Formats: sequence, C-alpha cells, structure tokens
Amino acid sequence: MKKTILALAAATALMSVGTAMAQEKTKACFIYVGPIGDFGWSYQHHQGVLEMQKEIGEDKVEIAYLESVPEGADAERAIERFARSGCDIVFTTSFGYMDATNKVAGRFPDVKFEHATGYKREHPNVSTYNSKFHEGRYVQGVIAASMSEVGTAGYIASFPIPEVVMGIDAFVLGAQSVNPDFKVKVVWANTWFDPGKEADAAKALIDQGVDIITQHTDSTAPMQVAAERGIKAFGQASDMIEFGPETQLTSIVDDWGPYYIERVKAVMDGTWEQIDVWGGMGAGHVVMAPYANMPDDVKKLAEETEAKIASGEFDPFTGPINKQDGSVWLKEGEVAEEGVLLGLNFYVEGVDDQLPQ
Amino acid sequence: MGMVEAILLTIATAATPLLLAAIGELVSERSGVLNLGVEGMMVMGAVTGFAVAYTTGSPWLGAVAAIVVGALFSLLFGFLTLTLVTNQVATGLALTLLGLGLSGMIGERFIGLPGVKMETISIPFLSDLPLVGRLVFGQDPIFYISIALTAAVTWFLFRSRAGLTMRAVGDSHDSAHALGIKVIAIRYLAVMFGGACAGLAGAYLSLVYTPQWVENMTAGRGWIALALVVFASWRPWRVLAGAYLFGAVSIGQLHAQALGIGIPSQFLSALPYLATIVVLVLISRNRRLTMMNTPASLGRPFVPDR
Amino acid sequence: MRIELVKRPQQSALFAAISPFIAFAITLVAGAILFSLLGKAPLNGLYAYFVEPLTEVWSLHELAIKAAPLIMIGVGLSICFMSNNWNIGAEGQFVVGAIAGSILPVVFPDFQSPLVLPLMLLMGIAGGAAYAAIPALLKVRFNTNEILSSLMLVYVAQLFLDWLVRGPWRNPEGYNFPETRNFHASAVLPEVLPMSGRAHWGFVFAILAALILWFLVSRTLKGFEIRLLGQSPRAGRFAGFSSARMVFFAFLVAGGLAGLAGICEVSGAIGQLRPTISPGYGFAAIIVAFLGRLNPLGIIAAGLVLALSYLGGEAAQISIGVSDKTVRVFQGLLLFFVLACDTLIHYRVQIGKAPAVQPKAQSHEQPEAAHGHG
Repeated sequence: MKKTILALAAATALMSVGTAMAQEKTKACFIYVGPIGDFGWSYQHHQGVLEMQKEIGEDKVEIAYLESVPEGADAERAIERFARSGCDIVFTTSFGYMDATNKVAGRFPDVKFEHATGYKREHPNVSTYNSKFHEGRYVQGVIAASMSEVGTAGYIASFPIPEVVMGIDAFVLGAQSVNPDFKVKVVWANTWFDPGKEADAAKALIDQGVDIITQHTDSTAPMQVAAERGIKAFGQASDMIEFGPETQLTSIVDDWGPYYIERVKAVMDGTWEQIDVWGGMGAGHVVMAPYANMPDDVKKLAEETEAKIASGEFDPFTGPINKQDGSVWLKEGEVAEEGVLLGLNFYVEGVDDQLPQ
Repeated sequence: MGMVEAILLTIATAATPLLLAAIGELVSERSGVLNLGVEGMMVMGAVTGFAVAYTTGSPWLGAVAAIVVGALFSLLFGFLTLTLVTNQVATGLALTLLGLGLSGMIGERFIGLPGVKMETISIPFLSDLPLVGRLVFGQDPIFYISIALTAAVTWFLFRSRAGLTMRAVGDSHDSAHALGIKVIAIRYLAVMFGGACAGLAGAYLSLVYTPQWVENMTAGRGWIALALVVFASWRPWRVLAGAYLFGAVSIGQLHAQALGIGIPSQFLSALPYLATIVVLVLISRNRRLTMMNTPASLGRPFVPDR
Repeated sequence: MRIELVKRPQQSALFAAISPFIAFAITLVAGAILFSLLGKAPLNGLYAYFVEPLTEVWSLHELAIKAAPLIMIGVGLSICFMSNNWNIGAEGQFVVGAIAGSILPVVFPDFQSPLVLPLMLLMGIAGGAAYAAIPALLKVRFNTNEILSSLMLVYVAQLFLDWLVRGPWRNPEGYNFPETRNFHASAVLPEVLPMSGRAHWGFVFAILAALILWFLVSRTLKGFEIRLLGQSPRAGRFAGFSSARMVFFAFLVAGGLAGLAGICEVSGAIGQLRPTISPGYGFAAIIVAFLGRLNPLGIIAAGLVLALSYLGGEAAQISIGVSDKTVRVFQGLLLFFVLACDTLIHYRVQIGKAPAVQPKAQSHEQPEAAHGHG
C-alpha cells in the first residue's frame, strides 16, 4: 500500500510538470450531451472541434471533451471541472446545460463560456450560439413539393421544442411555395436518438402513403428505410448519402467548425467578447449536402432558393402566413421577429397534426 | 403491398429481436438463473454482428459471430454467479454496464458506415399471396429462426428429457442435486443459450432492423425482453404473443400519430408499458397457474457441498 | 483444474473486512492493464480516477451531491431486497417524488414562506411512496410480479414528467423550452457549507436515513421480521408476521426515500424540473444496495465509492483523455471484482482438491431473488 501511495505521489509530481508545460497552449473544452458516436448532434460538434484543432494547430490549441454528460446536476459539476482544470474556453453543446453554464460562469469570471441553443447570458463571459437550421428546411420543403407525386411528406420529429416546430413550419412554407395544397404528416418519436424507433416511425409514415421522408431526429435509420422502400428522403445533421446513395435528396449539415475556429482564435487574440449568434446559411453554419437524385430543374430551383436565403434577400418566415387554424400570423411582406421564432409553439396552415401543447 | 400487410410486417420486425432475447432469457430463468444483463449481451451482439458482417461482407458470418460473442459474454456472468455465487441481480446489472462500455469501444471504428443488410428470403409465388404472403413467406432468415426457436424451446422444455431435467434444476436445485443432476453444469449451458440468443437479437438490430452501428443502439430493448419473460409466465408461446403485442402497440401509436389523432404523444408512448402491466395483472390473478410455471429456485445461489 | 467453494461454518470476519480491499487491489491492477493497453500511462490514469476527485474541497462537495441520491435510494431498497421484495422501479419513484414535491414551487409560485420547503419534502416522500404502493398493491392483491410492474412504471413516470414540463408546467417565460420555472429562493434546499461548495442537505438526509434504517434493521424486532420474511416467508408466517403488510412496508419505505431523493435532487441540485432529472440513480442504487451487502452502513460506503467512480471517470476523461466507454468498462470491472471478492466472506475457495465431504445441498444466507412468492 505504501508503495502505491509513493507511486501515486510521483505520478502527481509528473502530472503537475506536464500541466505547467502545457500552459502556453490555449485550452478549449467541450461538453457533449450524447456519445460522439451518435453520428448526429454530438458527432457533428466533435467534427467541428477536430476541424478547429486542425486549422489552428495542435501545437497551439489543446482540446478536452466529456461525452454523454447528463443534463441536470452532473452538468454543473462537469462544467466546473473544466473551468478548474485550466480551460480557457468551455463550450456546452446542449440546451439543458443553460442554467449550469451560467452558474459556473458566475464563479469563474476569467474563463469564457459558450452555450449552444440557449438564451441566457447572465454574465459577461457567457455567449450563446445557434444555427438557423430552418433555412435549410425551407429549401427541403421546396424540393419535397417538387418531387412528391402524392403531395404529402412524412416528418419524423423529436420533441415539440421551438426549434423543431420552426423546422416543420419552414418545411411546410417551402413546400407550399411550390404546391399550395402540400400536406405534412408528423410523427413525434419522443427521442433524439433511437434507430429502431425512428425506423418504425418512417415505416408508419410510408405505410400511410407519404412519398418523401424528412427527419428531425439524429440517426440514419429513416434514410435506410426510405431507401429500402424506394422513396426519397432528407438527411439530418450530417451528410447521410452513404446510407441512401439513390435516396438522399440533400441533408442539412451542421457545420460548427467555422464558429469554433473563430471563437477559439478570439480567445487567443484576446478579442473575445460576449455575443449571441444565430448563424444561418449566410454565415456558413448551415450547409446543404450536395443536391442529388433529382431532375435538373428541381436542383436549379433549390440552388436558387438557397442562394436567396444565404444572401439575406429572402427570409423563410415572410408573410403572408396563416396559422394552422386559418387566422393571420404575418401580413404580406411582414417578416417574423426572431424573438417570436425562438419561442415558436404553433403550426402554420397545411400541417396535418395537432401540436402537443 | 397493402397497408395492413405493411403494418403487420413492421410489427414482425419490431417483435423479432424482443422475441429472440426473451426466449433465451426464458431458458436461463427456467434453469433458475436470473440474468439482468440481457441489454449488455444484446449490444455486444449488435456490435459484433455489424463488425464481422462489415469486415467480411457476409451478414451470416456476422450473425454467427454475434451468437458466439453473446454466449462468451454470458459466460462471464455464469462464472461469477454460478462458480463464485455472486448475487445475480447485481452481477447482471454490472454485465449490462460492461457491455455498453465495451461495445462502444469496439464499435468506435464502425460509426457512420452503412452496414450489410441480411437479404430477405422470398419464396416465389407464395410470397405474392395477398395479406399474409410477405408476412409468412417473404421475411428475413432470422425471423424464421425466431419462430423455429420458440417451437424448439417449447418442445425441449415440455417434451424432452433434458428439458425436464432443466426444469427440475430450476424448480428445486437441492432435490435435483440429490438426484445426481449436475446443477451447475446445466445452469452454465442455460446461461450460455441465453447469451447466444441475446447476441443474435442484437445482430438482428444491426443487420436487419437498422443495418448500421451506433452506440447504445439497443435503446432499452433488453429490458423489455426481460419483462416479457415474466409477462409470459415463463411460457415460450406466450413470450411470442407478448413480443408481438408489444410490437403492435408501439407501432400502433406511431400510426395513430400519423393519422393526426391529437393525444399527447407521451401518453401514446406510455401505452405499451401500461398495457404490459394490465395484461400481467389479468394473467397473474390466477395464483395457482402462475405458481405452477414460476421456477421456484429462480435467482437463488447454489453450491454443492462437496 | 476445478474451482470449488466450501462453505465456511460462519461468515469470515477477516474477509468481511478485507474483501473490499482485495477487490480494490485487483481493480487497480486491471485498471493499470486497461490503461496500458490504450497506450496511456497507467499511474496517471489511476491517480485521476481514484485520487484526483478527493484532493479538492469543491470535488468532495460534488461527491456528496452525487452520492446522496444513491445512498438514500440504496438504503430504502435494502429493506425491499432483504424482505424479498424486488422493487427495481426506484427510478420511477424518484421521478414521481420530484414531481409531487415540485407542485408548490411550480404551480403556486406566489406561495413563498419558510413552510414551503418542509412541505415540498413531505410531498416528495408521499409521492414516491404512493407510486411504490402501486406495485405493492398489485403484488398483494393480484399476485403480480413486482419486478415487472415496478420497472414498467419507471417508463410511465418518465413520460409523465416529460409531458408535464413540455405542456402544463412549462415555464411561461422560457421561450417554450421544456422546463419549468426556476424554483424561488424559499423552495431551494440550502447548501450545508455554502462557503466551500454546493453540497446540499440531501446528503445529510441520506446519512440520517441510513443510520435510522441501520438501527431499525439491526436493533429492533422489525428488523428481525424483515429478515425472517425475506429468508423464509413460511417461517415468518409461523412467527405471526404478515407478508402482505411487509410488502407494503418495504415498498413504502423504499418509495418514500426514493421520492425524497428525487425532490432533494430537484430542489437542491437542479433548481427546476426538466425532461430528465436523473441519470439513472434508481438503477445505480440497486448496485449500491448490493455492493453495501444490504447493510445500511455498508451502503453509505458503497454509495460514496460508486459516486467516486463517476467523478473519477470524468477526471480520467479530461486528464488522460480516455473515452467515457473506457470509464464504463472500468466501472463494470470494479463491480465484478467487488462482487467476486465478497464470495470469500461466505466460502473458502479450493482449487483442484478431491471432495472431502459427502454431497449435501446447502441453504444460504444470501437474499433470494425469487419471483412470485405469495
């Protein structure tokens, strides 16, 4: 036992030397809600991190991350551990880390914190960042309405939070810009990630007669089902073309790399400031996977729509738009305020579902 | 393909992995061993099946490898609970923990790769029959294995001498031991059979259901399988009925949603679990019948004193 | 070679004391091998895992936060398991306790007084106990297997919480995100030593619960009743004890404590209800109960060890860069070794010797995991 203690003490000494030497590097730390092997949300964040490290250089930036950190009491501990272990900037990449991030930020004013998808910035060292995925969903809607023969698409949704509702609405609006009678059937899988259940949901929708599948859950299972049943589908979070070479029309790829590069560099330069970023196609945060498996005229229409949104010329939520019950939401030419979108909890006309309230 | 037929097919796919894992656990429990590590063995089967099928290109090799790994992994549980007489509940939970971690480590290389799907068998002409054609004559091979296995286990348990011996071990290991039956050896075999079935069930997920590997892809199905065994009061055909009932309710709620029924989806998602409890209450009200089927030595440690 | 176990005439006091240390030593060796195989310096890994979390005050607070629900649920479950009631639905009772306890701060946020917190704790206990009463009632009344019914009710409770925080209880100022309003100050369980860290009174409650149950089990007639009915329901009935009443007693104690753990976690560590409030405490506590050999004092130690393995896992992920998969494998191994070494308390291990005694079956002191006892 005594030997062990001695050995451990030696190890401590060694480790502290190691830390001292590493001081010159900037340390960027990341907390993921899922395993980086989910090939969805956490996977894409990690890809962005690796991209950032490659861009800036392993000799200049050191990274550390924790996977599968439960939202709740564990999150605060994990964030605090990072703050104490010499991280210069901590990225917390799930909505449920919001309060924990702010609490720890208050105790560690010298460390920078970046919280994804939240809205609370209670201390000057907390920024928030998110992406306008709904811009991509509008383009998907345009494609769906052009490609569908029956005029109905199936939508596999995770949880009724504003971001998901926003995605459904944007998809419907995009589709209706091509076919005003287009309908969307929604199935709530009540999970972000369960390949089996997502596959079942896709099958149920196809059995109910839809001929396009889109998803706001993270696994590639719906793509595989669509491929098997010979219909078209849209990917989610990453480019899923490998899982449906003749099926995937396009996919909304979350590309966090540019943002991570920008923010870590800001820490290194000492120019980091609190911001609230909601970047879309224009900022390069939302990238469409190559358009495939569609006729040239549809591809052209999709590219035009994407270009218009990216340049800021067009906003998917531009009136006239009616709510699901037919009442007016936005008048001709009126654009939805970001504040309303961030808390969106109603459908637009044309969604064949009742939003869980 | 008609809608009803399509729905039935979906239900069969959802039920098959549950059935396989539950049949294996049933045999293990009939011999008196409660293995709560089904989820861990299943996920090990899933990653092995995928890895071998992906590397060799043969889903059959993948399935065989998954069976072998499932059995070997259960051997670990067997060694602890049978040879070292550790507590079965705690050891099973630890096995699940280990399986989830180990499969994640093994599977790291295989994330994001499209898998090799096991082809369905299609008997010409017969599979074109209306309604039941695809369901009975045009499924994947493991589906047929799961049905055959149910029949085989029924025969084994209630018609064969070896099965009778095994049930005797599960009902009273002390008496069985007094009769000169090798209690521990039989339990080892039963546990390994359970592991092999769970491994195959896992392979079904990564080779047929959703041909890909992702961490934790079993998503709690091992626990459902455990529940099904008790639900079925340790009867193979009732396990089959239970698996299909559970599959039907979970698929049914998705269809109810797609039809636009405005019930909160959480309530619909809770239906399979509530239904299980209700049916269980109905079945177990008959006390005598339940007692008759329950392996009386289930979960009890046994050490021959010699 | 054969490995044979020979039952000791009585428990080995020596091995009861040193078996955890043997297990720990084997785990250290296995861990060193595991880390070396992954190309990491084994000593750094072990240091990060077992020592680093204990070297700082804030980390000790975190250890207490993590251990509190494990201990509280674990000691409750020990009563269940000792009396042969297989409640594996503590996770659901935890959730329902948290929901019931949160009614006041969420639905009546304007009711702010020193009374709120005690009421919340009581309602949490009541909620968890009421939810645990369902499998108990089904078992007594309909002979329904409690393993299954309690497990199924876990999923139901989680979905119910999910529905509440996305629907009726959603924070009106929260941009429709799935969470309730933050608890007001008088509904927050205070910290024990606010100056040094954020450990809340939940840990103190957990220790108190363990001490009370230890006294109950080892020093009162009730404890004898629990153990007797667990080992042999028949003998218990001859002694005049009612197994039906014991089923309710065990489930209500375990459910009440799980409910208390739930409301303490929500009120002390999280501060609001969210779709998921537990990373599986109810299931991990089953392991804790057995690691602690169903002895409330042992469960305190086991709860701290398991909590340490979570914290150490995080530290190892950060300081030597192993993945959380490695951490889980390591946890699994640790549990296996502890369980295996406990064998030495009841048995002597003989390797490859000829049989000495005539074959004769044995009865055992270990609790029996049997289904469907009437």
